[in-house]
Amino acid sequence: MSARDAAHATIRFGLGPRPGELAEVGRDPRGWLAAQIAAIPPVPEAVRAAAPDAATALAITFDQQRRQPEPNPVREAYRAGVGALTGFWATTEAPFFERWAMFWANHLTVSQRSGNIGALVADYYLAAIRPNVLGRFETLLEAAIRHPAMLRYLDNATSIGPNSQAGQRRNRGLNENLAREILELHTLSPAAGYTQADVTSLARIITGWSTGNPGPTAFVFRANTHEPGEKTLLGRTFPEGEEGGLAALAFLANHPATFRFLATKIARHFIADDPPEAAVGAIAARLATTGGDLGAAARLLVGLEAAWAVPLAKLRTPADLVIATCRALGDPLGDAQRLGAIGTLGQPLFSAPAPNGWPDTADAWAAPEATLRRIEWAGTIVARLSDPPDPRAVLDATLGPLADRATRSAVSGAESRREGLVVLLASPAFQRR
Amino acid sequence: MRLDRRGLLLGLSAFGLAGFGTAGGRAAFAALPGERRLVVIILRGGLDGLAAVAPYADPSYRAARGEHALPEPGREGGALDLGGMFGLHPAMAGFHALYRSGEAAIVHAVAGPYRGRSHFDGQDWMESGAEQRLSGGWLNRAVAAAWPSEATARSSASRKGLAAGLNVPLLMKGPARIANHAPQSFPRLSEDAMRRLAGLYAADPLLGPVVADGRAGRAFADGALGQGHGPAANAGTERSAFRSLALAAGRLLAAADGPRVAALELGGFDTHALQAQRLAGALATLDDGLAALKEGLGGAWGQTAVLAMTEFGRTVAANGTAGTDHGTGGVAFLAGGAVAGGAVRGTWPGLAPGQLHEGRDLAPTTDLRAIAKALVAAQLGLSEDVLATAVFPGSSAVSPMRGLLRA
Repeated sequence: MSARDAAHATIRFGLGPRPGELAEVGRDPRGWLAAQIAAIPPVPEAVRAAAPDAATALAITFDQQRRQPEPNPVREAYRAGVGALTGFWATTEAPFFERWAMFWANHLTVSQRSGNIGALVADYYLAAIRPNVLGRFETLLEAAIRHPAMLRYLDNATSIGPNSQAGQRRNRGLNENLAREILELHTLSPAAGYTQADVTSLARIITGWSTGNPGPTAFVFRANTHEPGEKTLLGRTFPEGEEGGLAALAFLANHPATFRFLATKIARHFIADDPPEAAVGAIAARLATTGGDLGAAARLLVGLEAAWAVPLAKLRTPADLVIATCRALGDPLGDAQRLGAIGTLGQPLFSAPAPNGWPDTADAWAAPEATLRRIEWAGTIVARLSDPPDPRAVLDATLGPLADRATRSAVSGAESRREGLVVLLASPAFQRR
Repeated sequence: MRLDRRGLLLGLSAFGLAGFGTAGGRAAFAALPGERRLVVIILRGGLDGLAAVAPYADPSYRAARGEHALPEPGREGGALDLGGMFGLHPAMAGFHALYRSGEAAIVHAVAGPYRGRSHFDGQDWMESGAEQRLSGGWLNRAVAAAWPSEATARSSASRKGLAAGLNVPLLMKGPARIANHAPQSFPRLSEDAMRRLAGLYAADPLLGPVVADGRAGRAFADGALGQGHGPAANAGTERSAFRSLALAAGRLLAAADGPRVAALELGGFDTHALQAQRLAGALATLDDGLAALKEGLGGAWGQTAVLAMTEFGRTVAANGTAGTDHGTGGVAFLAGGAVAGGAVRGTWPGLAPGQLHEGRDLAPTTDLRAIAKALVAAQLGLSEDVLATAVFPGSSAVSPMRGLLRA
């Protein structure tokens, strides 16, 4: 086990090293990673307190819609909750776990561009995603789909069975948005070959899955909007009622096409944009033999040789870059500054343009202006530092033995500490993970 | 092109020479319609063509849309009349004025070859210009075919293609090196830091060309727009940001040695719920952007054709949540002085239940590629053969649509 592997573990699997992190990892990078996914690491009380729970967030949302007060309480709750998350990511001692959770939050994207869910997204991450990323995918999927952020984002909260009591009385009906994205983005993917009839059928199956208004429970099953009768999805029959939806999600979550799709995305995130087939196959097989055990998949991943290949092949996304920069510098920014920088660099958190989430390939991020903005942001953050550290020390503590000679020489040859830091943080090497 | 000290420092001297080229290059350029402009705006999310351009005289329209149908022209909040059959959404008053002055047209019941209902596959096919996802887009390949030197140019030269926005959409990826423009957000670095970084990036196979393109584009934009051009992208609303971006794109396209082909993208059209209010905002943003493009283009507007296209239309019937779900046939908007305006074109398939695609969607009667081919042929001077093989591979059965552009 080499010092290179320690740096690799913190950059590829983690969120970029904090000062001293490479020494903590020491001679056992795989052990360092395994320890983070042995159990769900705790969330600091202050972070949990900054993010309203789902019921409170729903109350904030309904109040905002009714009274439209200024400042907008939904926006304030978003900034407080998600801002606190960025601070947590910038300091956590279990960065592999958080990357793993962030990966799943992106797979099951919710975005405040639709559904007025800004107040709900931090709870979505903390309560629906994070506690479930080491268990079965079935459990994670169920928690994510039933969270009010998802039910509102993809419009299921107001979808009504045409033959339900409410549908008959009010002449209202289905919204197939969530059902389509469950099939296309969350589980099977189009490769599985489902039909429009399957989309409509799943939409009927999950009618009635809605939110409290507001109440002590964020999720409610509204029997009076649920489409009566059995439904058929991919040739299988699912019963009427809430349990029909749970059974359908469990069926989809454990489908071989789903495991294959998830394995491809995991390998793309942790290995390469165009992941090697052997790695995809190994992860899919592990998911299939463990009933979709995500913790087992994460443990397998750590042991895959391909995940340790150098040079680092993945381009950091804007969020990756800002978090890694904050970690490298001992978190010099406040919540609003971190949040703002990630947005200006092109990845406003929980605000993806579409439900397929943020792209996970370099070609989507490596556009000319986007890349120049990254470079210039390095100048902006370094200008904020009151007491800039020695750039050579920061280089040793971040890229460490992975730093190439040219980067090392450009950093140490800079005309000032600040300029050396800018060159390091804006360097192509620092853009990789 | 102003060639100042900054340009020289950034290694952009080639910029100043771009207008000269080789004798052979000049001859080739002289044969091209180099003053014509082509702009494509991607409307992401699946624009509801029946709400944007309502067939108010179709007897089935009001039955299908019920309370969500646009009021007829002349009524409060009513559609803007397009000649007795169709009415334009009232959020697009600027486009309506262009239509009346003969500088805008619509093609209705349009779809590319994609017949699924996934946004992501639909956009990939639309941007690829093919019946599958390709690694690049038709607009880039059109640039490469019209200006072959763009495909090989190592340094700045005169980029003919422009992606306006922080990212480059698939539509504009491909063999031709293109310019990219977005409003500046952070102060520029010192020359010294930039020089050190340029050395590191030059050795990077992925990011090296990207940074070189970005710096070349910056230098050009400084000349065409003035230094520190435009407000930051995150300042103000999405609507004002799109307007600023479109204005800048128009001014870059207007520059004597500027790009001639540009791509922009706009989201917000996936209106599954509360469509009336969401769509009004998104269409107003498009309307503002078109007006800003015209303003930025100035006199060059007369030689410009703009196409605004979307991945699919939406269901004919409203869904259960005051919105519409993913459908098939939709609309394409055309604008610019080169467009034969003042008409809604295409073949109207009707909205009666038996006339719908799969019993739920507007049946497509015009292939989006037929529209795109007509625009590329007229604005970039490419032959039908090149269009059917290099630009829209596998599309020889789809002929360019006639009559879209002024003769």
